[in-house]
Amino acid sequence: MSTIIQSIEQRQLRPDVPLFKAGDTVRVHFRVIEGTRSRLQVFEGVVIKRQGSGVRETFTVRKQSFGVGVERTFPLHSPKIETIEVGAIGDVNRAKLYYLRGKIGKKARIRELRQPAGAGRAQKRDAAAARQEPADVRTAADAAAESTAE
Amino acid sequence: MKGILGRKIGMTQVFDPESGQVTPVTVIQAGPCPVVQVKTEEVDGYEAVQIAYEPVVERKLSKPELGHLAKAGATAHRHLVELRGQSELQVGETVTVEAFEPGEAVKIAGISIGKGFQGTIKRHNFARGPVSHGSHNVRKPGSIGASATPARVFKGQKMAGRMGGKRITQPGLVIHGVDVEQNLLLVKGSIPGPKSGIVEIREAK
Repeated sequence: MSTIIQSIEQRQLRPDVPLFKAGDTVRVHFRVIEGTRSRLQVFEGVVIKRQGSGVRETFTVRKQSFGVGVERTFPLHSPKIETIEVGAIGDVNRAKLYYLRGKIGKKARIRELRQPAGAGRAQKRDAAAARQEPADVRTAADAAAESTAE
Repeated sequence: MKGILGRKIGMTQVFDPESGQVTPVTVIQAGPCPVVQVKTEEVDGYEAVQIAYEPVVERKLSKPELGHLAKAGATAHRHLVELRGQSELQVGETVTVEAFEPGEAVKIAGISIGKGFQGTIKRHNFARGPVSHGSHNVRKPGSIGASATPARVFKGQKMAGRMGGKRITQPGLVIHGVDVEQNLLLVKGSIPGPKSGIVEIREAK
């Protein structure tokens, strides 16, 4: 890619994008403009893909709403996104989780990543100082460690 | 006629910081273009302005070319283009991207990407024939005329042949942004030609 286009895109990148990938659970706080006033809308679900690069990168979040699967694709660097909160880190073997579309209920669950492998990523995230400690991940992993100790 | 020459850099997208709206843009590095000659009705029989683009080493140009540029006080440039129409530009002036402002309507001409020898479906948007029931008429052009009358194929009959690689003017484009420091124009939408292809940006009348 040309350096000119890179510099144009570099200017628009958001510095506050947290580390997350397919399988993670996120809460996206999205600004919705209704007529003259704007309000925040929260969309929570599992990231099923990230695609594109630079300022053109997007991610797709899938959730179940009243028994119907809903997917929404956001531009990662959109100024309309207020914050992205990363919740549980998923343990998945694919970059694109399209297989979730054909599954419902218990089969659509994603395993959470356990401590030993997850520690590295959690540390990286702390180093990036993108957000607070992934508290829920720690507790789940701790609980797992306790159960093995018993 | 207001116009400038440039090279297509490529495409990207731009966010509007207020509304968050995404605009697809083509990035063009354009100018600065010295005005080399102004043609007038009295002298040349028509109104036009000739501009040069892209500095080049002198040995790459012929003596007549260098002489023509020197007459206008311009250094050696690779491209010379004439823009038809009346203009307030004078010889010795320079056209830069500052001549354009966001929201302005323009038309852009360039040499389209060469597609090689193509059939009628891709080249002229013909419909294809049926693919099953023993049909052999899948991508064939069909009839190209009648029989004994007129006993020939009319000129201009649409057939397979070379596609692309010719000058295309795209009207109805809008300038989205101007970067004076880097001589960049951001145009909403796509424009003809490959990346690093020479393009001509003219004001839309």
